[in-house]
Amino acid sequence: MASNTNFEKYKSDGSLQGKALEWFDARFPATSMWRGHLSEYYAPKNFNFWYFFGSLAMLVLVIQIVTGIFLVMHYKPDASLNASGIPIAFASVEYIMRDVPWGWLVRYMHSTGASAFFVVVYLHMFRGIIYGSYRQPRELIWVFGTLLFLCLMAEAFMGYLLPWGQMSFWGAQVIVNLFSAIPLVGEPLSIWIRGDFVVGDATLNRFFSFHVIAVPLVLLGLVAAHILALHEVGSNNPDGVEIKKRKDAQGIPLDGIPFHPYYSVKDIVGVVVFLMVFSIIVFFAPEGGGYFLEYNNFIPADPLKTPLHIAPVWYFTPYYSLLRAMVWPLFGIDAKFWGVVAMGGGVVILAFLPWLDRSPVKSIRYRGPIFKTLLTIFVISFFILGFLGTKAPSYAFFGIIPGAPVAQLLSLYYFLFFLTMPWWSKIDKYKPEPDRVTM
Amino acid sequence: MSNESKVDCGRRRLVVATAAVGGAGALVALVPFLSSMLPSERAKAAGAPVEVDIGNLELGQMMTVEWRGKPVWIINRNKPMLETLPELNDQMADPSSDKDMQPEYCKNETRSIKPEYMVVVGICTHLGCSPSAKFKHGPADGMAADWLGGFLCPCHGSHFDFAGRVFKSQPAPTNLEVPPHMYLSDTRILIGEHKKGA
Amino acid sequence: MKRLLTALLVAPAIALASGAAVHLDKAPDVQSNNAALQSGARTFVNYCMNCHGLSYVRYNRLTQLGLTEQQIKENLLFTADKVGEPMRIAARPGEQKAWFGAAPPDLSLVARSRASEDGSGADWLYTYLRSFYRDDKRPTGWNNLMFENVGMPHVLWQLQGIQVLDADHHLELATPGTQTPAEFDKTIANLVGFMVWAAEPEAGFRKQLGFGVLAYLLVLFGFAYKMKKNYWKDIK
Repeated sequence: MASNTNFEKYKSDGSLQGKALEWFDARFPATSMWRGHLSEYYAPKNFNFWYFFGSLAMLVLVIQIVTGIFLVMHYKPDASLNASGIPIAFASVEYIMRDVPWGWLVRYMHSTGASAFFVVVYLHMFRGIIYGSYRQPRELIWVFGTLLFLCLMAEAFMGYLLPWGQMSFWGAQVIVNLFSAIPLVGEPLSIWIRGDFVVGDATLNRFFSFHVIAVPLVLLGLVAAHILALHEVGSNNPDGVEIKKRKDAQGIPLDGIPFHPYYSVKDIVGVVVFLMVFSIIVFFAPEGGGYFLEYNNFIPADPLKTPLHIAPVWYFTPYYSLLRAMVWPLFGIDAKFWGVVAMGGGVVILAFLPWLDRSPVKSIRYRGPIFKTLLTIFVISFFILGFLGTKAPSYAFFGIIPGAPVAQLLSLYYFLFFLTMPWWSKIDKYKPEPDRVTM
Repeated sequence: MSNESKVDCGRRRLVVATAAVGGAGALVALVPFLSSMLPSERAKAAGAPVEVDIGNLELGQMMTVEWRGKPVWIINRNKPMLETLPELNDQMADPSSDKDMQPEYCKNETRSIKPEYMVVVGICTHLGCSPSAKFKHGPADGMAADWLGGFLCPCHGSHFDFAGRVFKSQPAPTNLEVPPHMYLSDTRILIGEHKKGA
Repeated sequence: MKRLLTALLVAPAIALASGAAVHLDKAPDVQSNNAALQSGARTFVNYCMNCHGLSYVRYNRLTQLGLTEQQIKENLLFTADKVGEPMRIAARPGEQKAWFGAAPPDLSLVARSRASEDGSGADWLYTYLRSFYRDDKRPTGWNNLMFENVGMPHVLWQLQGIQVLDADHHLELATPGTQTPAEFDKTIANLVGFMVWAAEPEAGFRKQLGFGVLAYLLVLFGFAYKMKKNYWKDIK
């Protein structure tokens, strides 16, 4: 929509201000960008609650970048010990928390922002699934989105090493060791990633570099691609019908309203509500009950002593469960390798969703009972996988139902949900879509 | 028509009010971020007043102590050194220390509390290099033949006398800074703090 | 759709309804009681700081507990000469390792790192510090119900007296100390309170500020919501 419309350039009204604007607009696509992406980008008028999370993800990205910039001013990626025998990196985080004026707030915003990022992104992805936002013609938006999710995981993983606590250290140790599962090249590859034989100062420094520069640049590029692709084809909506099919005499979709001001004022409300929830966590529960800041991470990294129980941060745990579910060697290759394949595959398979779904309708509102049932089970099992990922493999529900086989069963379901989708989405019943969106 | 303009008026009021409240909040939110760039507790602790024992400082010698990361010179000026000061008055940019480069109690001929002990921040007021001591008369230290002793900044050649006063027509705009200081006893100086009346 | 949401809400509740075994005594909350925190600070400096540092806390931070710099200098400042310095121990970490085999950890964050599903870090410390008992099999002569074969001796035994294990593996006070059990519990509560404070000295201010921020956001929400309503009345 943005690119195939030629917006007129700004014309001066003769005032000095007007002339300056005209000069600027003749040299920069200010007017056309403003109109194409905001004041004349027509979005369906029936967006509901689920449509807040895209703009919220952008907000969290900005929070992370701004707080990150200020944290880098004080943080030191250095694994060597200071005069009190504490690693300098770990001590520099506590220096931020105690000695830097307002440092505690900046740090809590960043640590809470990491979890908030995954909350809004998971909800944003779930929105895409229930309303079929990945379906033709929006496949590329979804693929860019999946890549964003992958980048975000990399960003979060590398950022988590920086406080150099016990969970930072052993989490990185475990995940980097996963690469050693790859046949032939695995062992040298994991040494190359670490730059040492264990996670050490070299690893900390390169993760710092990736976390503050490399991955954020890729993230920003992908965000731009994600939004440009969206504005090219236009937004989906809770009814899953194309608003561009019905246009008025000026070529404006009948069910479309300009993003600005209508959705900008609406998103501001969403932003304020989000900031309230965010503030409650930052000011009253920054540890998030041990889920946002893990208790063991208040102990400096000790390469000689693994904590009794290590678990990734909550947002990785569903995928960590997929990893642990694979305990059988296959085709003469270690189980460890297949665990890595399962974890990676669990993310990558999302990208194929546009081609796996064969339903004639997009939105859950018009889809049949098979989809609704299977999706409900999928979401519940995703939660349980996530929960089990925070627990030791020996965990048993109520002390009697062993967690490990449950995780294996649910992991199998995770993949079957996607792999059998071409079949069940085709045979499922559906209701006819309406012509126009419903409010 | 009139109804429509009424609506717009209410809308404008709401937009202005929301923008004002939101903007005020955003401005306040800037405070923590900008304050985080101020000196930290560690920097403040490192910048705390420094106690110096000058009992062993011989006449005609100087010692350097660190205060807030800057060199502070303490010079035990002997008689010949002190005698150069009035001699040089007409060559000085600010001979009577009119510019506010010293605490009130050091605004005197020797720029010090006790005439012999000079306490001064050893940072050139031009661009922040630390001048070198050139205590010997004449060309012995590589200075001009009529040099009476003092300091030379190696970066841009500013000359200072034994009271840290800058010569005329030099890159440095003002005399060297005398830090706040006080005598705890005859031989102990506290640099960085001066209680009122001390 | 509705069913899906209900299922989403119920799933984590089911999943979480399990676990918990170790019983921890609840540590009294003394964070708003400066006198208690000061007494805790004194106990820490006199008994704990021989071996354990509190190296993220600067001495002058104790002014937050109502102490003046002069009081800190006179009563608490043994290991440093300036109030701006951190509360380090006199020994170097390398020396301690040589003496004890393992360096006693810095305790600045122990009240946070000891938190678990069983209770807060304060509860753990409060229970642990009151669970030492006499055990001649240990090189130090002491063992702990919460921390089997603990390396630390019972530094406060003169105050508490000597506890032993009875036949049911319960603690029993065999020899009374200089404090009554109630007094000793209070000493420990104050000490733990001080360690909780030291783990995050900004926590009190953080919560106060939180209320202000939320109040502001509520006002902003009012305006933003009215603005949105005003625009959206155009949309039918």
